[in-house]
Amino acid sequence: MARLTDENVTLAKEIIDRYPRAKSALIPLLHIAQEQDGWVTDEAMRQIAELIGVTPAEVLGTGTFYEMFKFEPVGKYLINVCGTMSCALLGADDLMHAAEEELGIHEGGTTDDGMFTLHRAECQAACTEAPCLQVNYRYRFRTTPVEVRQLISDLRNGRLDDEIPPHGTLARVRQHIPADKGVGAVDPSQVTSPPEWITASAEGGAS
Amino acid sequence: MTSFPWAPGFIDGDRPKIVTSRFQYEDSHTLERYLATGGYEGLRSVLARSPHDMHEEVRSSTLLGRGGAGFPAGVKWGLTPDGVFPRYLVVNGDESEPGTYKDRLLMERDPHQLIEGCLIACYAAGLSRCFLYIRGEMALAQERVAQALNDAYAAGFIGKNILGSSFSIDIVLHWGAGAYVVGEETALIESLEGNRGMPRLKPPYFPAAIGLYGQPTIVNNVETLSNLPFIATNGAAEYTAIGTESSPGTRMVAVSGHVRRPGVYEIINGTTTFRDLLYGEEFCQGIRDDNELKAFVPGGGSAPWFLPDQLDLPFEGRLVGAAGSMLGSGAIMVMDSTTDIPAAALTLTKFYAHESCGKCVPCREGGTWLMRILDRVVEGTGTTDDLDLLLEVGGSICPGDMPHAASADLQLEATPFPYKMTTICFVGPSAYVPVHSALTLFRSEFEARVAPSRTRSRIPVTAVGAGS
Repeated sequence: MARLTDENVTLAKEIIDRYPRAKSALIPLLHIAQEQDGWVTDEAMRQIAELIGVTPAEVLGTGTFYEMFKFEPVGKYLINVCGTMSCALLGADDLMHAAEEELGIHEGGTTDDGMFTLHRAECQAACTEAPCLQVNYRYRFRTTPVEVRQLISDLRNGRLDDEIPPHGTLARVRQHIPADKGVGAVDPSQVTSPPEWITASAEGGAS
Repeated sequence: MTSFPWAPGFIDGDRPKIVTSRFQYEDSHTLERYLATGGYEGLRSVLARSPHDMHEEVRSSTLLGRGGAGFPAGVKWGLTPDGVFPRYLVVNGDESEPGTYKDRLLMERDPHQLIEGCLIACYAAGLSRCFLYIRGEMALAQERVAQALNDAYAAGFIGKNILGSSFSIDIVLHWGAGAYVVGEETALIESLEGNRGMPRLKPPYFPAAIGLYGQPTIVNNVETLSNLPFIATNGAAEYTAIGTESSPGTRMVAVSGHVRRPGVYEIINGTTTFRDLLYGEEFCQGIRDDNELKAFVPGGGSAPWFLPDQLDLPFEGRLVGAAGSMLGSGAIMVMDSTTDIPAAALTLTKFYAHESCGKCVPCREGGTWLMRILDRVVEGTGTTDDLDLLLEVGGSICPGDMPHAASADLQLEATPFPYKMTTICFVGPSAYVPVHSALTLFRSEFEARVAPSRTRSRIPVTAVGAGS
């Protein structure tokens, strides 16, 4: 399956409507595609291009700038071992070696069964909890090589399925703007006057 | 002095709290807890005042931007050109500076405080739509903010006619996808427009004048906005009563590396010293294993390094700048006496070289070259020439004097911040900063691992057709 499902197309349209210009939805839509298939397929990019009114090349052009989008299949679990300063000072290399050994692959590789991809990542914003890693962007803090091996075994046996969704699932809670509450997006060229509360409140507050 | 299992990394203390007051509650991220602890009261009081009045309140609070540059938020809001609408608010939640994390905690632990801050900013500065850009790799923050937005819409705090007033605003959650440079505000705007996150040239693209969709745009950091509910509720006077005149309020600071108790602390701005932070009982409690402190990075990976000589400096922007570095994003990384300095510098240079967007040649080429040369020095295959070559390559990114710390041992005077740069944004210079700091303050460690240069045989160049 590579084209977006009907459900995802509906979601995509809802997201596009939040922006004054449709192209702003490009990155969120790539996330939807990646969530559906685990990676971003050419077909999905073509469809995103249609939805937001740009060329497929523009979708690819933007998408390839961003680390999180994968344009070929990756493991169900993407393990990102942080290698920036604080983690490096406190044993990031040991974590990487343990993961490489346990998985039988090198940094950057994917296991033959398609379960794991292993990357060295840049700073993950958990520096006081070094060394740290993320599995599908879910943290493991102050990790040891022993814990890395255990983590891999737990993932392999499905023991963390509730906590860690397959690669591509960004957030399991989505924003939803109720139709009766939302203000709605307007193309900036259609607006020339100050917002209502600025004009209304010339003499006092808005309430 | 407590830590909470639901807020890994954060360490509470008996100090004034502005942005972390709810972290003690396990359910601090819920609307129920937020409302039970004075949440959205600031918004209520703000709606009873004129936007101009609230803007002046923020201006007089001297709330400084917490993203890195430390520019006063109230002044920033005032930079939009008169009579040009619509204006937008873009929230910078793309936190990824090495060593830094505070915005992630604020989004995970108190998303409603951030939302209330966004609402106050939009009301006061006449911004008619808000985009909340959250770093893609922060799955929990994405979920917490999404839930908070949904709950706040349902409760009538966001959307049409908020709390029955004429104030109407949408806040749109936007997912990032992994690019450090997008934390630069014009790159953030490019990314939000669906493009590669490359910084724009300033001038003319100052966001306040020409930002998102070419419209006036205010880009504020998550921590900056999270301070607004306190200022709205308690007034600027109560805010400025904490900290110093030039650096009021509190700051979130992450101290990591070789300290006994690394953590994120909310500290009093301007008065807390680095010695307090690294050695204080209520903070990091000293260097691990009773080792000696060798050096520390005072303001995120982009900041020039400090030595033990600078420990007594307070956490205050101007003083730290004069001493040769910057406070940046509020992140201290500590290196003890066991640290391999060239290797430590390499991890940072690698980071910035990797994160270069490729737009400016000195950064794209220079950052990569710095990384490669430093890598061979660290691997032991470099030569003494390489050390000068590092400075030469760096000099093409940052021409002229580079800021650095003073050292009594080296009889070195400080060169104040900032540096000159040949690039649009700070990514390129940031690749050079750790190399320059490490080489200036610890040159002997580099010399110890390089071989003397051999005289290279040079191929003479002769003009075509010249000679016999």
